[in-house]
Amino acid sequence: MLEITNLHATVDGKAILKGIDLSIRPGEVHAMMGPNGSGKSTLAYILTGRDGYEVTEGEIRYEGRDLLEMAPEERAAEGLFLAFQYPVEIPGVPNTTFLKEALNAGRKHRGEGPLDAMQFLKLIRQKTQDLGMSDEMLKRSVNVGFSGGEKKRNEILQMAILEPKLAVLDETDSGLDIDALKIVADGVNALRGPERSMLVITHYQRLLNYIVPDKVHVLAQGRIARTGGPELAEELEAKGYAEFTTAAA
Amino acid sequence: MLNGNSGATDFEAVFTDRRASLPGADLAWLTELRESGINQFRRQGLPTPRTEAWKYTNLRPLQKVAFAAAPDAAAARPAGLDKAPSLLPSGEHVRRLVLTEGRFDPALSSIGDLPPGVTLEPLAQAIRRDPGGLQSYLGRIAHPVGQPMLALNTALMEDGVVLRVGRGAVLSEPVEVLHLGGLSDRAVAYHPRLLVLLEADSRAVLVENFVGLGDASYFANAVTEIRVAEGARLDHIKVQAEGAAATHLASCHVWLDRQATFIGFSLALGAQLSRNEVHVRLEGEGARCRVNGAYLMRGKQHCDNTTLIEHLKPETSCREVFKGVLDDQSRGVFQGRIMVHRGADKTDGHQLSKALLLSDRAEIDAKPELEIYADDVKCSHGATVGDIDEQALFYLRARGIPEARARSLLIQAFLDEALDEVGIPALHEALLSRVADWLGTG
Repeated sequence: MLEITNLHATVDGKAILKGIDLSIRPGEVHAMMGPNGSGKSTLAYILTGRDGYEVTEGEIRYEGRDLLEMAPEERAAEGLFLAFQYPVEIPGVPNTTFLKEALNAGRKHRGEGPLDAMQFLKLIRQKTQDLGMSDEMLKRSVNVGFSGGEKKRNEILQMAILEPKLAVLDETDSGLDIDALKIVADGVNALRGPERSMLVITHYQRLLNYIVPDKVHVLAQGRIARTGGPELAEELEAKGYAEFTTAAA
Repeated sequence: MLNGNSGATDFEAVFTDRRASLPGADLAWLTELRESGINQFRRQGLPTPRTEAWKYTNLRPLQKVAFAAAPDAAAARPAGLDKAPSLLPSGEHVRRLVLTEGRFDPALSSIGDLPPGVTLEPLAQAIRRDPGGLQSYLGRIAHPVGQPMLALNTALMEDGVVLRVGRGAVLSEPVEVLHLGGLSDRAVAYHPRLLVLLEADSRAVLVENFVGLGDASYFANAVTEIRVAEGARLDHIKVQAEGAAATHLASCHVWLDRQATFIGFSLALGAQLSRNEVHVRLEGEGARCRVNGAYLMRGKQHCDNTTLIEHLKPETSCREVFKGVLDDQSRGVFQGRIMVHRGADKTDGHQLSKALLLSDRAEIDAKPELEIYADDVKCSHGATVGDIDEQALFYLRARGIPEARARSLLIQAFLDEALDEVGIPALHEALLSRVADWLGTG
């Protein structure tokens, strides 16, 4: 599904990623943990194609294709999804319009016809109910006036509607209270399947109590310092990241 | 009638040449009005950037072309144009009066039956039929001082529209005045004049739709005078989609009596050079107005929106929102002036101008002005300029929405604040669809 080989990247000329190797197979859920500033979000943005990040070495292959050659919208249409750490507010664009545009853009890319208004309405009604969201949140402008928790739920709603092949969740747990965290985690778990892979980026272990990963990686100072099973997350929760920040320095 | 080879049109010579054949030449008051118009124009001349009011809009293009007077409507109309383009969807019951290059075109017009108390007729016909009914209003609502283009229109006006809505009458379906331009091979100039009179407690919706059919260079110099009497309400929607080489100068002069309401909206898309001027006089207590607009320009188009709102009586209110989208090397101008005269206490006036620049070479000049001579008023103004929000653009693209489509969605969202002010659903839809056409998403 995703093969990252020796990935080096800079932001404003500063080296952030210094040789990442990562392989995610279909159906696998990987957690990427690490201290602040270790490059977790940089990795997420490079995967989605945001401007301002320069890959200086290495490559990323997604389903066998060179991901870095693809425009952000093409990556999305091919099934790559990023749940943003800081979802963007878009005044004037109603959430429903946005969801419909996104869904139909993907359908068009796959050669499918657009959903009509009735089919679309039925789909989002169901998905919003599953996530405990109100219809009113669909009418409002994208993320405008949403609380932190509502924004994160809206990300998961988008994911549920777009049904990506590879979902990257960037600090989806930040800013969530325990109830919201559970709803979001349930939403994510409902999407787990043998063909769908996930990369869960988080600072804390608590999200991983709900979304249990197959593998856990520790990203420190631009490299993957250690890889293990779910028990590695618990170990980090107990001991913190001190070992990685000092050892690698 | 043309000024030799110098290129410019000698409008005074045009007046001398045509004065005897202009409608109402036998009426002393109208002759006097026209004389005073040409005198004002002679004194002031074509505006230049040396005048404060025209600092950002240069009429140089007008000085390069010798404009002829427009031919007869029927002669101008190309064969095959048997149906007039309309802002409103077909099937909509519309009363439509078509001015082809400024002249009434009966073949394209469909005035239909009018409710009691309502008259809708071409200006030239109204001058013949009932000149006395016009005398107190024509040229009395608009003041030609400092308004050379209005003065020129007054001198040379040949045709136009007179709409009268009697006391308590309600015209719930819109009246559309279609100004067709760009039909001749020759460069023509015309000066259509509209007079709209709403008596007490009446209501009407007027659409002015300026459409250019060709790429010819022409000059439309339009004036609309509006009087809304006590408790009456006029909605006025203007769409300017003149031809690519056209110069469009239009001014709308509104007089509001007690508790009268004027809701204006202007959408500008066309013309090489355009200026949309709106002057509102809130002459009666409790009168209120909205003066809103949107403009979408590209290439080397120039679009000027100049407004003057005068609060003359207590408890009058005005809201103004203008939104502009400027691409390529286009240029926008917004000059908005709110004057609160002595005694106009408890005035409520708010004005907002926002521009979205899609290119580094696009330009906006925004000049909001408040002049307040009364106490206890609530007035505000604001002007912002920005470009597309890159974060929002990336967010949309990251969800699979192609870049061009994502840009269009963001532009549409930007314009909505102004377009949403059009409360008549069919017209709101029509404007949205014009915007979608411009964006290429229609």
